[in-house]
Amino acid sequence: MITFSQQQLKIPRLQRPVYLVTAGQSKFDRAFPDKRTEELCIDSFVMAAELLDISPAELKSYIHSCYYGHFADHFGDQLLGESVIHDRLGLDPLGNVGVKTGGATGGSTIWEGVKAVASGYSDCVLAMGWERMDEVPTDEGNFLISCAADKDWEAPLGHIYTGYYAVMAQRYWQIFGKSEESFRRTLAEIAVKHHGYARFNPFAQSPMDITVDDVLNSPVVAYPLRALDCCLMSVGAACTILCDEDTAVKLTRNSKNKPLRIWSAAGSHTLRPADRLDMEIPLLPNETPDQYKDLGERFPGGDRYPGFTGFLAARIATYYGYGMAGITDPTEDLDVVELHDAFTISDVQTYEDIGIRPYGEGRTYVESGDCYHTNPHTGEPGKLPSNLSGGLIGCMHAVGATGIMQTFEVATHLWDRWEELHGDENLWKKFDREKPKDWTNLQVKGAKRGLAISHAGVGSHVTSTILMDPDHLIKKDA
Amino acid sequence: MSMFGQVFVKNNQYKLKGDFHHLTPNMPIRNADDDWKLLGVTNPRAMTYIHSYGGEAIFFESLSKGKLLATRCDNAECGTTGSVYIPFRICCPDCLSKMSVIDLTDVAKKSATVHTFMECARSGAFNLLDKPIKFINIEFDGVSTILMSYLVVGTPRFGMRVVPIFKTTGPTYTILDLAWVEEGTTAEQLPEGFGF
Ligand SMILES: [Zn+2]
Repeated sequence: MITFSQQQLKIPRLQRPVYLVTAGQSKFDRAFPDKRTEELCIDSFVMAAELLDISPAELKSYIHSCYYGHFADHFGDQLLGESVIHDRLGLDPLGNVGVKTGGATGGSTIWEGVKAVASGYSDCVLAMGWERMDEVPTDEGNFLISCAADKDWEAPLGHIYTGYYAVMAQRYWQIFGKSEESFRRTLAEIAVKHHGYARFNPFAQSPMDITVDDVLNSPVVAYPLRALDCCLMSVGAACTILCDEDTAVKLTRNSKNKPLRIWSAAGSHTLRPADRLDMEIPLLPNETPDQYKDLGERFPGGDRYPGFTGFLAARIATYYGYGMAGITDPTEDLDVVELHDAFTISDVQTYEDIGIRPYGEGRTYVESGDCYHTNPHTGEPGKLPSNLSGGLIGCMHAVGATGIMQTFEVATHLWDRWEELHGDENLWKKFDREKPKDWTNLQVKGAKRGLAISHAGVGSHVTSTILMDPDHLIKKDA
Repeated sequence: MSMFGQVFVKNNQYKLKGDFHHLTPNMPIRNADDDWKLLGVTNPRAMTYIHSYGGEAIFFESLSKGKLLATRCDNAECGTTGSVYIPFRICCPDCLSKMSVIDLTDVAKKSATVHTFMECARSGAFNLLDKPIKFINIEFDGVSTILMSYLVVGTPRFGMRVVPIFKTTGPTYTILDLAWVEEGTTAEQLPEGFGF
């Protein structure tokens, strides 16, 4: 049984407010045979400068330290890749550090950058992430990904990470989904939604106009998961600039970007699901100790926590993050979220871990229509739209950049710049992509607060990044 | 003539024999859509790692002898004393004291059940198992953890009783030497090299 001490449950406190002032990203794709990684990183940095209406050189003059997320050195066959990018960005001799936490690398990179500003070490930092997953054939790529599992106890079993993940999906599918056809269709709906939203995102790698039946007829990867339930393998880069209040005001003087308050928190859990020990469910502010007493009766087999069905790291990352920002109920307090939809089923699991729905009821977030930009049942705005970027299923999963792409997306809504930054004809042309005739503005009207969840593998690391318009804080002293 | 890289230890030093890497030339990558202009180059590489199991070596050696070992914290001062772990952990995750090695073979034979499972038709490069791979995660009486392994006879389902089999002939000294079959499987049904 895992227990926590009071010291461990302390809500983290930043020494001073931290602001996100701009962000940028490259095009995302399965392969870039004609571009080096640094070209993609520079694309994202130049975009971040453009959003502030200043030159890249001027933006660089504010940066004091750099945080680089790049997970898989072995994919790009380059150790100290951070140093290559840092030099090509012309940021020597500033201090920089590489961050590696699997799929959560992008979120963890922001976590490091936030702490550097909050502590006073730096007034302005660059948090940038990238991944290069096109330098090996796909089956060798799968081998390299499986190296993130335990090399003696798991990886030799097929060298296929999806398999280690899918056993957890199977457990959720049978216990909480009750193996119901209706639940399987709900999962498919998530894939339809994310590939569909990707159609309106010029950066996105996998725009598709598909139906639930298309998902259900796609090849089985590991039952009940099918090809269209799975995230992409991608190449690309994303970055964000974080600073203290004075610098934030200076940098946004000529820009449509309003400085956004940012908080970031992290949680972890065993690399091997095998090692997960039984424990009480740690509660979020919108939950009561009584509500899970009968979980095992309602969902036979569902009383082992986190077992193979919950992600403790996600729960802890939001326990800390919500506490810092004053969030008591994410569905009420937030306007837009970007979640780590590595698989449709893990998207549902995450709804529960982060308190959008109670454990066992994740599917209702989709079935109610709350997760849509426009609720398909009512035609009204969705209560808490998720993954309007297309997420990892429709937009990209260039691992080190993913958590930063999500944060960029949330920020564009809070700046009220989503339409401009996704609808611009020139951007579609530049990326050699065709803007759909039915292109739709997915700006969440009046969005003031958002959340991004960045998640590693079977749940070893998770971060929560929260953005708020400073005029719409929940907690005045946050 | 080439020979697989082999290693032994003498006087606490690795002694190497054979080939640990193979030379293959770089090849150009050209653009068929643009006059075959150069875009890049292949970088082939095959190499052999030298990996120590350290304090877990006894676990892998025991598989080849038909034994499944686990560990237990016997520190009376520890908040979770008596907890049994498989995967085998060298030190207790609570008190960090060195744990006792215990033989879990009989417990596994009598109580192993499938907690969850997955059939996977795909694999990564360097996979040595037959496909589809039937992943199973196994619960045991009195054990705090849930071991991941693979099923070679039977169709997996929740709660299914399974028994361990061991590759005692031609062992690989990896986790692949441990596999599982549905309870009631006969010796004739086991894959080559495996026994109960
Ligand atoms: Zn102990």
